[in-house]
Amino acid sequence: MRKIILAMLCACLGGGAWGYEIQAQRLFSAGDGAPVLRIISTGDLELFAPLIIAFQAQNPNISIDYTVASSGALYAAIAEEGATFDVALSSAMDLQTKLANDGFALTQISTNTAALPDWARWADRIFAFTQEPAVVLISRAGIGDLPVPQTRQDLIALLRDNPELFMGRVGTYDLRLSGLGYLFATQDARQSDAYWRLAEVMGSLSPRLYCCSSDMINDIASGELLVAYNVIGSYADARQEPSDSVIYLIDYTHVMLRTALIPASAPNPDLGGLFVDFLIGPQGRAEIRSQTGLPPIDGAALAEFSHFRPIPMGAGLLVYLDQLKHRAFLDEWIAAMVQPEN
Amino acid sequence: MKAPRPSQSLRRRLLIQLLGVAAVLSALIYFGVRAIAEQAAEATQDNILGASATTIAEELGAQDGEIVVDIPYAAFSMLGAINAERVFYRIETDAETLTGYDDLPLPAIAPSLLAPVYYTINYRGVGLRVVALQRLVTVQDRPVVVTIIVGQTRNGHAAITSRVANLAASLGIGFFILAGLLNWVATERALGPVRRVALAVGRRGPADLSPLRQPMPRELAPLSTALNDFMARLRAALTRTETFIAEAAHHVRTPLATVRSQAEIALRLAETEDSRRALRAVIRAVEESGRSAGQLLDHAMVTFRSEHLEPAEVDLSEMLSHALRALTPSADIKDVTLQVSPLDTPAKVLGDQLLIESAIRNMLDNAIKYTPADSTVTISLGQVGGSHVLEICDQGRGLAGADLAALSIRFERGNNVADVVGSGLGLTIIQEVATSHGGSFTLAQMTEGVCAKLSLPCYVPA
Repeated sequence: MRKIILAMLCACLGGGAWGYEIQAQRLFSAGDGAPVLRIISTGDLELFAPLIIAFQAQNPNISIDYTVASSGALYAAIAEEGATFDVALSSAMDLQTKLANDGFALTQISTNTAALPDWARWADRIFAFTQEPAVVLISRAGIGDLPVPQTRQDLIALLRDNPELFMGRVGTYDLRLSGLGYLFATQDARQSDAYWRLAEVMGSLSPRLYCCSSDMINDIASGELLVAYNVIGSYADARQEPSDSVIYLIDYTHVMLRTALIPASAPNPDLGGLFVDFLIGPQGRAEIRSQTGLPPIDGAALAEFSHFRPIPMGAGLLVYLDQLKHRAFLDEWIAAMVQPEN
Repeated sequence: MKAPRPSQSLRRRLLIQLLGVAAVLSALIYFGVRAIAEQAAEATQDNILGASATTIAEELGAQDGEIVVDIPYAAFSMLGAINAERVFYRIETDAETLTGYDDLPLPAIAPSLLAPVYYTINYRGVGLRVVALQRLVTVQDRPVVVTIIVGQTRNGHAAITSRVANLAASLGIGFFILAGLLNWVATERALGPVRRVALAVGRRGPADLSPLRQPMPRELAPLSTALNDFMARLRAALTRTETFIAEAAHHVRTPLATVRSQAEIALRLAETEDSRRALRAVIRAVEESGRSAGQLLDHAMVTFRSEHLEPAEVDLSEMLSHALRALTPSADIKDVTLQVSPLDTPAKVLGDQLLIESAIRNMLDNAIKYTPADSTVTISLGQVGGSHVLEICDQGRGLAGADLAALSIRFERGNNVADVVGSGLGLTIIQEVATSHGGSFTLAQMTEGVCAKLSLPCYVPA
């Protein structure tokens, strides 16, 4: 998969030209001379391409350049490199908030942004366009008759009681690589003490650490993994195999809001605003649901499940990005997860 | 005479000055409310900032010879609780910035360990309200001073300020409108006595020179006193003049009567036509002077008695009969037929006998005077509505376009009567009598001649 994406990379925009690393790039051309809307996103190209095409169908005179990068690279590109993108789409809410807080985002005020619920926007600079729960993925075939966990307590008990089965077959984000993983972990730690006990138990099972949800989903499908913790549920739903279970833990399930912002360095902020308005508007929501399978912003859908907790937007998200706090949290996490082999 | 242009209205002056005061007070309210609210908003924001910095300070500690701080989630989330505020912070010792934004400016005055310092700066293009506070942390038995700086944007402050500004503006405008209404009411009430005095003066008849007796506010008392003094002097002067005229007329009339009778005797005895013509001219001149003197006397009397009217029940029809008897000789001389409708029913009015007699006499006199020789003067007395109407019509030359108002000015005469003896006082006298009795007097141009019409209200005994 990765090879296919890399094959689509335009040679002239190779990684060397930029200080940040990009994973894929594609130009949806509207012909020579058409204005180019440059999007940098953490969303997989094959997942988002239909949405881009839907936008282009509405705006046939705009070329769209879609670049995929990790959330950390995306942050660095805008905050440190001053890269020229008109829209930044990221699942790392904390990094997006920091970009906006530190003055790297433009304000966008329109009827569509005003219609967005308060919990889905911040400071007129960040706008959520999907709500994606963090789930546990379990290979049902792999665990056999063992009970399917419903809470973190259940999961801890399951792992602790069957160490020989799960040894080397549990996976989660590597917080050192994944901004989204770090966001989920810090929100877990803020929410409940159970997180650190889970981390201890997983750490004792030689966990496999991943950069991305899709890799975890692949490994569950192939049977290499039995349990993957904090996978983006919408990805899992989209690619669920009948033998696997997507579990929304009922003690709480964090809902990540994928957000858009218009960088202050945008060469065409008007195009960026157009795209943001499309994403959060009624038509964009419908396209997101039908083209990508991601759940668009929908307060009613969230309210149906009391254990769904959208991660609150706001300055609080900056706390875990504090250098000292970040280092301390990673130290603690490494101590728990990366235990010496015994 | 042209009325003097009224100087600026008292009410307008009062209103403008009171409105000026209200405008100043409204502005004071607007700025006062804003200033107080902004201070309160700033104090509230400062309190939250201070609390945020304090919760961070609580988490300061030392570990393995290094200062550590575990910023609590609430420290930042509390700042954006009401408005989405951008947050900047810096934690530093003398030596280095431990964490946060190392270019966030320190306060001009260093905070002490006891009291935080609040200041406002511009940072990364936005206005920030910042708090700086200091704590001592013991690192390897050595105290180290740590400064904690937390700043936030002022969206909430701006929102409150603009809300309060709107509120203060509506408050100020509301106050101004209310004050304006109250001012108007107050001005109306305060000026009420002035208006009443003006009305009382204006309501007076043209000849009413009696003192003002209305209750008067103290401030207007000097005006009323002065006015009364002035009127008293005027009345005295007028009375003197009238008396003088009456005296003069009286003194002239008696000798004139003598001259006339002597001249008539001389005329009868005169032998030459020349001397008879001369004597006739003398008689005519004397007659004119006598009539003028008589009318001046009449007029003086009318003026005097109008002022001190002592009404009694009188009969118009009887008075008309008397007057007719008195004037029939003059009519006969001129071969004028007096055609009188029957005067068998009494026509009672309430009035002054002498005045009404004088008016009737003047009306008859005028008619006989201006009707040509050998013509008819028609006289009728009837009742129209609540008034008795005496109508006397001649067949004379008419008014030649002049109107009654002009003709009843003293000594004013029509411009087609130069050949007729007259003083110009007759109509004035009739007019004054009619007015002082609550009646009316009109002259109407007919196809032939003029009809004079005197209306006086009927007297109905209670």
